[in-house]
Amino acid sequence: MEIVHTPFKHCDVVKVQGRIDSATAPKFAEALNAITEEGRYRIVLDLSELVFISSAGLRVLIGVQKTCKRYNRGELVLAAVPANIKSTLELAGFNILFKFFDTVLAAVGNF
Amino acid sequence: MPTYTFPGRYDSLEQIAAVVRQAAQDAGLDSQAVYAVETAVDEACSNIIEHAYGAEGLGDIECTLELDEKGLIIILLDHGQPFDPTHVKKPNPKRPLAERETGGWGLYIMQQWMDEVSFHFEDGANILIMHKHRRETK
Repeated sequence: MEIVHTPFKHCDVVKVQGRIDSATAPKFAEALNAITEEGRYRIVLDLSELVFISSAGLRVLIGVQKTCKRYNRGELVLAAVPANIKSTLELAGFNILFKFFDTVLAAVGNF
Repeated sequence: MPTYTFPGRYDSLEQIAAVVRQAAQDAGLDSQAVYAVETAVDEACSNIIEHAYGAEGLGDIECTLELDEKGLIIILLDHGQPFDPTHVKKPNPKRPLAERETGGWGLYIMQQWMDEVSFHFEDGANILIMHKHRRETK
């Protein structure tokens, strides 16, 4: 799993490539927590090159969303989600907990 | 019917996925079904490490893959603590963020995406059997 973080003025884009599973979820959490610990709570997750996600990854996403949404200070949104990944997220009810955007551009525009 | 033995460590998950993906393709499952199987097995193996063994490096996971007339059968065996699925509360995907359950999602995904899931405990081993059927046999 590779993570590329690109900070913008109004939000942070985090691109995750590869697999998020029980082995890699801690590193994934670390990357997102590093952003929120800086007081930045508007995050676009670019999932275009994510090939797998398990419930370990879902747990990280929920935790970060709770942090971002506290006091209405921001949110984590999902961009360019591949069909397989989307099927897992939908099964777990993520469509009511996260905004989905077709492109990173549209997601960044959301902020 | 090949049986693979993997160390009960999270870094085994990627290898397990590759083996299972190949078997699912050999069974004639479509790409959605292959991904469903890969996910279900990952969840099951993660649970074995976390809950049956309690930590990484405490035991192996034996994975047997069989093709039958309907599709793919996956059998996972471990020598950890006996697992009773009825003790796991089924999570609700419709809950709002603040009320969302933290646990039970692995089992939930397995039960939603696999056609049959059964848990057994025999001779000191947990045996999990999962079936995924090809679409045409439904």
